Amino acid sequence: MIELKDVSKIYNEGRPNEVRAVTDVTLSIPAGRVTVFKGPSGSGKTTLLTLVGCLARPTEGRILLDGELISSLPERFMTEVRRRTFGFVFQRFNLIRGLSVLENVMIPAYPLGPDYRELKSRAMDLLARLKLDHKAKMKTEYLSGGESQRVAIARALINDPEWIIADEPTANLDSKLALQFLDEVRQLKETGKSIIITSHDDRIVNADVVDMVVEMEDGRIIGIEERNAS
Amino acid sequence: MRHWLARQRYLVDFTLAALLRRKGRNLMLLFIYTLVIFILASVIFFGSALRHEAKAVLKGAPEVTVQNLVMGRHAMAPPEWVEKLKKVRGARRIEGRLWGYFYDKANGANYTVMVPSRYDRKNALKDGETIIGAGLARVRDVRRIGHLFLLSPKGKLMKLKVKRILPETSELVSADLVLMSRGDFLRFFDLPENGGYTDIAMQVRNRNEVAKIVEKISKMLPTARVITREDVLRTYENVFSWREGVVLAMLSAALVAFAIFAFDKASGLSAEERREIGILKAVGWETSDILAMKLWEGGLVSLFAFIFGVAAAYAHVFLFDAGVLAPVLKGWSVLYPQFSLTPQVDRLQLATLAFVTVIPFTAATLVPIWKAAITDPDVVMR
Ligand SMILES: Nc1ncnc2c1ncn2[C@@H]1O[C@H](COP(=O)(O)OP(=O)(O)OP(=O)(O)O)[C@@H](O)[C@H]1O
Ligand SMILES: [Mg+2]
Repeated sequence: MIELKDVSKIYNEGRPNEVRAVTDVTLSIPAGRVTVFKGPSGSGKTTLLTLVGCLARPTEGRILLDGELISSLPERFMTEVRRRTFGFVFQRFNLIRGLSVLENVMIPAYPLGPDYRELKSRAMDLLARLKLDHKAKMKTEYLSGGESQRVAIARALINDPEWIIADEPTANLDSKLALQFLDEVRQLKETGKSIIITSHDDRIVNADVVDMVVEMEDGRIIGIEERNAS
Repeated sequence: MRHWLARQRYLVDFTLAALLRRKGRNLMLLFIYTLVIFILASVIFFGSALRHEAKAVLKGAPEVTVQNLVMGRHAMAPPEWVEKLKKVRGARRIEGRLWGYFYDKANGANYTVMVPSRYDRKNALKDGETIIGAGLARVRDVRRIGHLFLLSPKGKLMKLKVKRILPETSELVSADLVLMSRGDFLRFFDLPENGGYTDIAMQVRNRNEVAKIVEKISKMLPTARVITREDVLRTYENVFSWREGVVLAMLSAALVAFAIFAFDKASGLSAEERREIGILKAVGWETSDILAMKLWEGGLVSLFAFIFGVAAAYAHVFLFDAGVLAPVLKGWSVLYPQFSLTPQVDRLQLATLAFVTVIPFTAATLVPIWKAAITDPDVVMR
């Protein structure tokens, strides 16, 4: 479970271009579920996601992971937590150009120095699961949007994180691919992963795999809808 | 430890892949880098080889040389001087020397013609024989012909049997040398039998007495110019140091330009690179992983440029006679059209070269990376 307590994020604090992107958010995100942050553009969804995923620190407030305070850890430990706990699927996929699909998938594991053959077979298994094993050697810039996203998902899973975080995952996908993405989310949920997605895409927000919808506006939470109550 | 090694291997793999991705840009950088190393290393090789030559010149040089000056110009020393100098206490092996320069129109080169010293038994010559330097032997194809034909300044043809060719250990000293007997020398330059000597050489029994002996000679022979080996050494040093100084000053300018280039390359961190650093951080790389990766990058580029630059400089100086630099560095290159240097490597200077190029380069690359690597990785979300 991830808990946020009175969390705020202010960009460029004290300067004329100061922006309050997230204001006083208190929220509990359950593990093993699919949570969606929704809201209009500029409402602070992405910002909240970076805070939850340890990509940035809150200006105020605290964030706890399974009861452990993670928002004020020194940079090294924060990286450690991020690597161990979170896998990211970015809106623009953010694959590294010029490198192969396989290399892109393996990159998050490099600093851990695993055995190469073991790492490679793990990456190939993931690619096979996402039906991309035949493109393992291809450079990522030649992939289609849907393929890029699946590579990004494989990369997010390589260190076997408990939480998967996806920012606007369907913004660049057509209906068929959006459905396919939801299918992958369903599979991940079945393997016990916790998933957080930001989206203003109704296909996502209304999908039955979603357990909780957090609605945002102007950096604040204006509503929480829980479904599939267990 | 095993884990650490594995990690470094992954970082190197990643670095190589990254370098290959921006081939054009990195090749350009590598080319400029190698070029700078090449020029600097050439100067270093050339300088130390010339110093080595100078040392060889001096090893064979007499401790004190006495010349006769007439109206401030070098003239033949009268034969009586030899007798007079023999009376100077502390001086030994006093000997009148005969040598001169000869411009060979056929090859457009200057030769040094010399009568071997009486004390130099190895090179003793009879009339009609000669011993010549390797450079000259090459030009005249003497190894095949076995004889040396010279046209004297007055136009007389002289045929000398080549007894030996001097070894190539030090070409500056001997490349252009023609040794001949006293009789042949007088005939060649059309000199009278007792017209004196080019100069008078002597050794000194006790080095500490050189100053005293010089003073004594100056008193005894007021028109004489007395030159010690130390004087010659100083002149050589001055000439070499000065020329090297000019070149090094030019090259420092090049080096600064290179530094600016490297810094610009580095600090002009492209949006692409910045984003990549963000991605790597976001997916779990630590700042230290990114810096280590960039260190590998700088290190590999530097190592490659250094090895290639130095190897090319070695070939340039010692195999191709420093074609690019020679005209600047050795003023007398015209006199030595076939001049080649004995390989000579100054390790300390090479180490210095590595130090002044590799470290600034790596630092210049690392600083902006550092700035990018310590910022929060949330940029990749934008
Ligand atoms: N690095 C930053 N520096 C300054 N302001 C920022 C920065 N990142 C985000 N903001 C601002 O914070 C606010 C919230 O942005 P955020 O990206 O979180 O919104 P969002 O809900 O994800 O919007 P969208 O649906 O368009 O992706 C916006 O006003 C944005 O301009
Ligand atoms: Mg957003």
